[in-house]
Amino acid sequence: MHDDHPHPHDHRPDQDGPLSDYQLMEIAVRELLIEKRILTADEVRRAVEAMDARSPALGARVVAHAWVDPAFKARLLANGTAACEELGVAMGGTKLVVVESTPEVHNLIVCTLCSCYPRMLLGLPPDWYKSRAYRARAVREPRAVLREFGTELPERVTVRVHDSTADMRYLVLPPRPAGTEGWSEERLAALVTRDSMVGVSVPRVA
Amino acid sequence: MSARFKAGDAVTVRRAYPPGHLRTPHFIRGKAGMVERFCGSFPNPEELAYGRNGLPALPLYRVRFAQRQVWPDYAGAPGDTVDIEIYEHWLEPA
Repeated sequence: MHDDHPHPHDHRPDQDGPLSDYQLMEIAVRELLIEKRILTADEVRRAVEAMDARSPALGARVVAHAWVDPAFKARLLANGTAACEELGVAMGGTKLVVVESTPEVHNLIVCTLCSCYPRMLLGLPPDWYKSRAYRARAVREPRAVLREFGTELPERVTVRVHDSTADMRYLVLPPRPAGTEGWSEERLAALVTRDSMVGVSVPRVA
Repeated sequence: MSARFKAGDAVTVRRAYPPGHLRTPHFIRGKAGMVERFCGSFPNPEELAYGRNGLPALPLYRVRFAQRQVWPDYAGAPGDTVDIEIYEHWLEPA
């Protein structure tokens, strides 16, 4: 606690609790790999840095490009992995399936088993995506879940849930909002949020 | 391993409860759906989980189920669906 200036805000408590079994296991395996010279500490650090550097901006660039280039959109829907690599996104062997939402069909992504997520395009998943509540309810009552995210869908819109149970990863290609005719790709990409690519929301013109 | 099913085929998920690491969610066992696409063949995760190589690779499918068939009290529209990735050894012709 610093006493040299006033603190109107709360401090985040120090994380001094005991390590969990998984944390201990991670530290033990990492130290062994480094000791045995299979990896260097710098390689581990660089891999973590590269993982943390991925963000939904990558996915947004892919979506915006699909909105302005129909031929790219067709390739993206046919083979998501190859189309993303075309734009220079490192897919690292991820098999990507892109599902298109339209005024008639709304797509929602979940992993009921764990937390599979298109990390190459969106970075790390948000906490709610990994929660048991989301994983159980997205598949059981998707319309109620969408409503809680502020996304109200009329009965005439079909809701398709995609459960990432195995080797595929999913990205929603959301519908391009009306009133964006003639916009540049950069300006369009700014409308494409993480949540709209998971399908709990849709892009809107602010 | 060649793929036994193709897009459009009617299939049923085996109602089986073996022990071990499984990727077939409980809620879909015993349910009938339609193959949406063949995804390719992948090492068997039920073997990979225990340090084996998972070979031969198994055909994997995306199977589409009508939500009203999966959940008898489903509250959404009749056309709502859930697509799930399922390995071939969990599927039988419907």
